[in-house]
Amino acid sequence: MTQSIFLYSIIMLLTALSWFKDRQKTKKALMKAKNMLVKLAPELLAILLFVGLSLSIFTPETISSLIGDQSGVVGVFIASFIGSFAMLPSFVVFPLADTLVDNGAGLVQVSAFIATLVSVGFASLPMERKIFGKEFTYMRNLSAVLMAFVFSFVIWVVLPWL
Amino acid sequence: MAIIKRFRALTILSIILLGLTWISPDRGTNALSLTGDSLIDMFSLLPPILVLVGLIDQWVDKKVLIKFMGDDSKFLGVIVALLLGGLAAGPMYIAFPIAITLLKKGANIRYVVFFLGVWTTAKLPIVLFEVAAFGWQYTFIHVSVGLIFFYFVGVFFEKRFDPKTLVKEDITSNDK
Repeated sequence: MTQSIFLYSIIMLLTALSWFKDRQKTKKALMKAKNMLVKLAPELLAILLFVGLSLSIFTPETISSLIGDQSGVVGVFIASFIGSFAMLPSFVVFPLADTLVDNGAGLVQVSAFIATLVSVGFASLPMERKIFGKEFTYMRNLSAVLMAFVFSFVIWVVLPWL
Repeated sequence: MAIIKRFRALTILSIILLGLTWISPDRGTNALSLTGDSLIDMFSLLPPILVLVGLIDQWVDKKVLIKFMGDDSKFLGVIVALLLGGLAAGPMYIAFPIAITLLKKGANIRYVVFFLGVWTTAKLPIVLFEVAAFGWQYTFIHVSVGLIFFYFVGVFFEKRFDPKTLVKEDITSNDK
């Protein structure tokens, strides 16, 4: 909330400054902002609906039972799969991950879950594809899945010291 | 046809929501209220970010951006990407309009991809949550693995993609 007020105030200040310096440019800038919002609206609504669905389907108990600390490499795959599909607001990710570990999920698996959750966006694929094209979008998301594997491997290696 | 394609994802998800509500009314209404919550979250961040993108588009000179994030910006490009991504707020879909503006203004693909990576793994407000949940060592490993990995993804993408053809559709323009 404070973040939002802060952001709105800064942007309003900048817009006012811009308006004061050059009305034409400011009008153009605002038009562009409006166009982006209108063009991305269907994709954005889809993302939000996806967030709602994933939060209500994947409860902490459900996920923990799938990726327990004995689930091994299979658990890492399941965790990355769920993480890629689900989409959660970032401030929910870590408290949720903490709850998962408390419920019996393994830290290595949870790490793969976190990494895919934040950087692989199945829900935002249509939007990303619209902006950057197919190849870029699929390759960026695949590389993020790869990063999740690398990261959970590192956590697996250092686990005894954590 | 274009209209159907435009609303395809939304339609499929609405059908899933209806199905879920039919199987379990509790979870269905829960999903709907959670969607409402994230709609509010979205409106608390996205509109000002889009206005910012519009202002950058109008005011920031291409030459300046090329100096900061262009082909020859070297270390400066890394620093600028770190600052932009690290001080950011909000989910990844907010980063896309920013990334596209940077590309249009002449930023090198390497730094733009790195910026997206920083946005996902090293946003300062989220890093604080991570430290609170899993401690310093864990967070340090996550952030370093993420930064190193996405920097090299950036290097690879720079070789793989042509900056001139990458931007498929200018979502800021007026035409349909």
